[in-house]
Amino acid sequence: MKLYCLSGHPTLPCNVLKFKSTTIMLDCGLDMTSTLNFLPLPLVQSPRLSNLPGWSLKDGNAFLDKELKECSGHVFVDSVPEFCLPETELIDLSTVDVILISNYHCMMALPYITEHTGFTGTVYATEPTVQIGRLLMEELVNFIERVPKAQSASLWKNKDIQRLLPSPLKDAVEVSTWRRCYTMQEVNSALSKIQLVGYSQKIELFGAVQVTPLSSGYALGSSNWIIQSHYEKVSYVSGSSLLTTHPQPMDQASLKNSDVLILTGLTQIPTANPDSMVGEFCSNLALTVRNGGNVLVPCYPSGVIYDLLECLYQYIDSAGLSSIPFYFISPVANSSLEFSQIFAEWLCHNKQTKVYLPEPPFPHAELIQTNKLKHYPSIHGDFSNDFRQPCVVFTGHPSLRFGDVVHFMELWGKSSLNTVIFTEPDFSYLEALAPYQPLAMKCIYCPIDTRLNFIQVSKLLKEVQPLHVVCPEQYTQPPPAQSHRMDLMVDCQPPAMSYRRAEVLALPFKRRYEKIEIMPELADSLVPMEIKPGISLATVSAVLHTKDNKHVLQPPPRPAQPTGGKKRKRASDDIPDCKVLKPLLSGSIPVDQFVQTLEKHGFSDIKVEDTAKGHIVLLQEAETLIQIEEDSTHIICDDDEVLRVRLRDLVLKFLQKF
Amino acid sequence: MPEIRVTPLGAGQDVGRSCILVSIAGKNVMLDCGMHMGFSDDRRFPDFSYITRSGRLTDFLDCVIISHFHLDHCGALPYFSEMVGYDGPIYMTQPTQAICPILLEDYRKIAVDKKGEANFFTSQMIKDCMKKVVAVHLHQTVQVDDELEIKAYYAGHVLGAAMFQIKVGSESVVYTGDYNMTPDRHLGAAWIDKCRPNLLITESTYATTIRDSKRCRERDFLKKVHETVERGGKVLIPVFALGRAQELCILLETFWERMDLKAPIYFSTGLTEKANHYYKLFIPWTNQKIRKTFVQRNMFEFKHIKAFDRAFADSPGPMVVFATPGMLHAGQSLQIFRKWAGNEKNMVIMPGYCVQGTVGHKILSGQRKLEMEGRQVLEVKMQVEYMSFSAHADAKGIMQLVGQAEPENVLLVHGEAKKMEFLKQKIEQEFRVNCYMPANGETVTLPTSPSIPVGISLGLLKREMAQGLLPDAKKPRLLHGTLIMKDSNFRLVSSEQALKELGLAEHQLRFTCRVHLHDTRKEQEMAMRVYSHLKSVLKDHCVQHLPDGSVTVESILVQAAAHSEDPGTKVLLVSWTYQDEELGSYLTSLLKKGLPQAS
Repeated sequence: MKLYCLSGHPTLPCNVLKFKSTTIMLDCGLDMTSTLNFLPLPLVQSPRLSNLPGWSLKDGNAFLDKELKECSGHVFVDSVPEFCLPETELIDLSTVDVILISNYHCMMALPYITEHTGFTGTVYATEPTVQIGRLLMEELVNFIERVPKAQSASLWKNKDIQRLLPSPLKDAVEVSTWRRCYTMQEVNSALSKIQLVGYSQKIELFGAVQVTPLSSGYALGSSNWIIQSHYEKVSYVSGSSLLTTHPQPMDQASLKNSDVLILTGLTQIPTANPDSMVGEFCSNLALTVRNGGNVLVPCYPSGVIYDLLECLYQYIDSAGLSSIPFYFISPVANSSLEFSQIFAEWLCHNKQTKVYLPEPPFPHAELIQTNKLKHYPSIHGDFSNDFRQPCVVFTGHPSLRFGDVVHFMELWGKSSLNTVIFTEPDFSYLEALAPYQPLAMKCIYCPIDTRLNFIQVSKLLKEVQPLHVVCPEQYTQPPPAQSHRMDLMVDCQPPAMSYRRAEVLALPFKRRYEKIEIMPELADSLVPMEIKPGISLATVSAVLHTKDNKHVLQPPPRPAQPTGGKKRKRASDDIPDCKVLKPLLSGSIPVDQFVQTLEKHGFSDIKVEDTAKGHIVLLQEAETLIQIEEDSTHIICDDDEVLRVRLRDLVLKFLQKF
Repeated sequence: MPEIRVTPLGAGQDVGRSCILVSIAGKNVMLDCGMHMGFSDDRRFPDFSYITRSGRLTDFLDCVIISHFHLDHCGALPYFSEMVGYDGPIYMTQPTQAICPILLEDYRKIAVDKKGEANFFTSQMIKDCMKKVVAVHLHQTVQVDDELEIKAYYAGHVLGAAMFQIKVGSESVVYTGDYNMTPDRHLGAAWIDKCRPNLLITESTYATTIRDSKRCRERDFLKKVHETVERGGKVLIPVFALGRAQELCILLETFWERMDLKAPIYFSTGLTEKANHYYKLFIPWTNQKIRKTFVQRNMFEFKHIKAFDRAFADSPGPMVVFATPGMLHAGQSLQIFRKWAGNEKNMVIMPGYCVQGTVGHKILSGQRKLEMEGRQVLEVKMQVEYMSFSAHADAKGIMQLVGQAEPENVLLVHGEAKKMEFLKQKIEQEFRVNCYMPANGETVTLPTSPSIPVGISLGLLKREMAQGLLPDAKKPRLLHGTLIMKDSNFRLVSSEQALKELGLAEHQLRFTCRVHLHDTRKEQEMAMRVYSHLKSVLKDHCVQHLPDGSVTVESILVQAAAHSEDPGTKVLLVSWTYQDEELGSYLTSLLKKGLPQAS
């Protein structure tokens, strides 16, 4: 069993597991941090951005000044933003049989894999994962396509040139494999390869392996996966949460008894407590608005935003914010809000019971009804008429490189009354802000990452007790910035095996058994024999049939009837097939009883001699000698087949067959 | 001998109070727990004394499964769980769990408040009963206990309707509940995979009907409604609050919009608005089209259909009214029917099946003078139309489902005996499987022969598979091993491994036969001749001449020795172990025939 690690990003994994005869891709994460190296895509012409100076080498050589721009000491690529794809060379991706998706954030590279590698398999995901994943992709494509950019920079990627660039461009990995965003057509084609699954559904892959999604508690429809055969079990844990937010709680019990547990998608901010972050978020928001400032919340169109809106629903009246408009701007804002209300079966118990009333599970329905929350596809159109300040705007993209958020950063950045609050943990907020410097606006960092922290992980591992743990290398040492915090790493026994991008791990795994079915007719013919109390044995001689990776034992064929001499027999027909094995024998032969038995069967003049290891029984008349020892019997006789067979059968009476 | 036993307590050769007991591999499951619309005495509920006379329900049943929210499938549930007494799990889908208590409460109100029945279940009992419910998701495998698992499949029919697979080890039964094999305006079609159950229990409401295309029926329906409204008549459509009601509302809503009609459409109040709200929240259970477009337009927000008020029934002019219940056996639909029945301009359209004994059934069978309570006789002058919009599979659909699931046996319930007879023959002919149609209280017993799963050591399996690869992988391969049975753990291992695991020593049984041949040549030469002889006869075997002068065939040893007394005779010693018995014996007899003369 092997694990091919195609992504180095611990929360956006992409691994391929070879298990029995199947090749299974676990998640398809797209590392978008690469976009931080690019200039933002403004929705309306931004004089500031277009007037940034070109970058030149220390020696004054300015041949890159068309591609690279400088802003407050940082250098950015002036081009269509590009993404860092999973490794595509490590394994032939056309051999991948299935892709298992654990949550909507971990499927963003799907079109690159399914459309451009010869992939012909099936993708499995839950319905909310697919629907919301589609919204995330639609938003991304929309953000990028609605601001066409003529320039596509490639000179800087040249290895010899990249060496000369300042950090972080110099250290960016695999820049030659970075790709532009896919198209909506590719998204649709990729999504059409998905088959919907439900939690605890058992999906058979080629009769060899069974995969099952389990609730992971992190997002709507998010799952962990069990990959198992009858005797081996691999658990794939990705993006799980034990906090009570909106999704169905995590199913931990089903992870028990794993041979290998692959652990990815832990919290990216292990030191921040999500609950206190939400509190800070609310108080900073209120403070800014009361002072007449605007609040910008860069966010994804689904996920934590539902929880934030729910908090605000409870908070705004008590904080005296009821007159402040809340805007949610995204090409998929409406869809996201609507979809969240129809997935009751995937929600936590509290929200599920609401639909029995029947009421919408999320209170943002009421915020919309009372006009406190308004949603728009973009800043153009209706929004420009309704726009009132001070206000709170939720919009994407959290990288601040594209989407409507770019517009609000440009619009509000110059005033210290305004605040931008970062809640999404995927991007470093300082890097995200770099192309907007100098900035007067207040910046608050309240990352809300509900995924497992290291304390929860160690508790989980103690509870489910996997034989081996496999995780990204980042989890086997403390974070670089907090190297003394030995508590911020995965701690388990035996120590976790770690992987890094482009590595192949041989998993410590020995398969010993396989399931086989004994047909009822054969089972009926078996004669079990109790060897020890509670343990019975039966020798089985049967015909093995194997089809579609399923093995079946059927009764052996009856010996063929002689054909009546119609055909001439060839000499070779008589030669027995040496592959028909006789059973092994066990036991020992008590000489006295054996001699008695011989006598009973008409043998006379029997002589018994003692030897060092046993006895010799002599049948003088027949010139036959039988050596009997503890673990062996040797019959030496003339070529009298009748006699030999008689003696053989008498000996076998004392022995057990296996 | 293992067997599957099925006993319908209701819905055996009948429509109504569906309730079927299934025993499979020692587990007892009750499928549905419905009431009968045609009776208001004891016969309205299934006869649970069938179980209780030998013990408590909870002890006997491992679980109860409810297929959908129609009362003939869940109406007896509070009586069963709270009054007879059952504390085990009750499984149903989430929409069923949401809607079922509302219909039960409605049913209770009509029975107790309107008809004044005593000793009926109470509202509290409905609540307590629903606490025992466990929600099941589509395709989720629910482990009822270590051995019994159930799985739900989409059934169409009504919101949240499901078919259930009940499985223990390799034995399984599929119960369809009510289902629809053609997608309609708001629901998708039933679907099941090729799960090859031992038994498929299917409804057979429309066992003999093959319906014309749905489009024709819809056009027909709209034409009749339209004509009546045009001539100023009133149209009554008795429906159940959830199910066909939404289907027909969507149909009329789009027609009104397209034709720009002004006549009012009403929906009897109470349940309806709430009902439509459920549909909005359970969008994933509707059909593809609604799921795709619900963000832009929720099909369950009706513009032309308004809430009905009792006073409207007497207002002049045309109108269309949807009223509950669907079989005209009580409630608002019956009240409106009595008001409108005398006018030949009006029309009542029965869009679904009516159980015997209901007013609906009577007028559909042509009765025009109805005896009402208090010996009053109601003369029906209004037009009576029947139009099958019930979302049940027709004969074609039932055959289609049998084909999909590929069961070993089929059992028919939820239909009329005569019609079942016809379908039974058809199924037996076409699929060559046995088909049963037990009456209520009658038990069908099916012997099963499950195969036994055991673990085979990979070493043994691979050894046998490798042998099988040569020369022909398709050739059946003979496997020999030892089955070790410890508690319920069965493992098949090689004999050597079995001996080793059990700490037993092998006992070697060896034979050495002396074959006397008259020959004067030297032993070495003798051995050489034996070698060439065996080599020529045993072409497929490994024959070797060893340096020490002996000859081996596979692991059988042949040595030539001088005779102690007769120099003209040589002795061939053939030695083999018990495992080589056949070959050893064969060699002895072969050598006994003598060696061919050297040419």
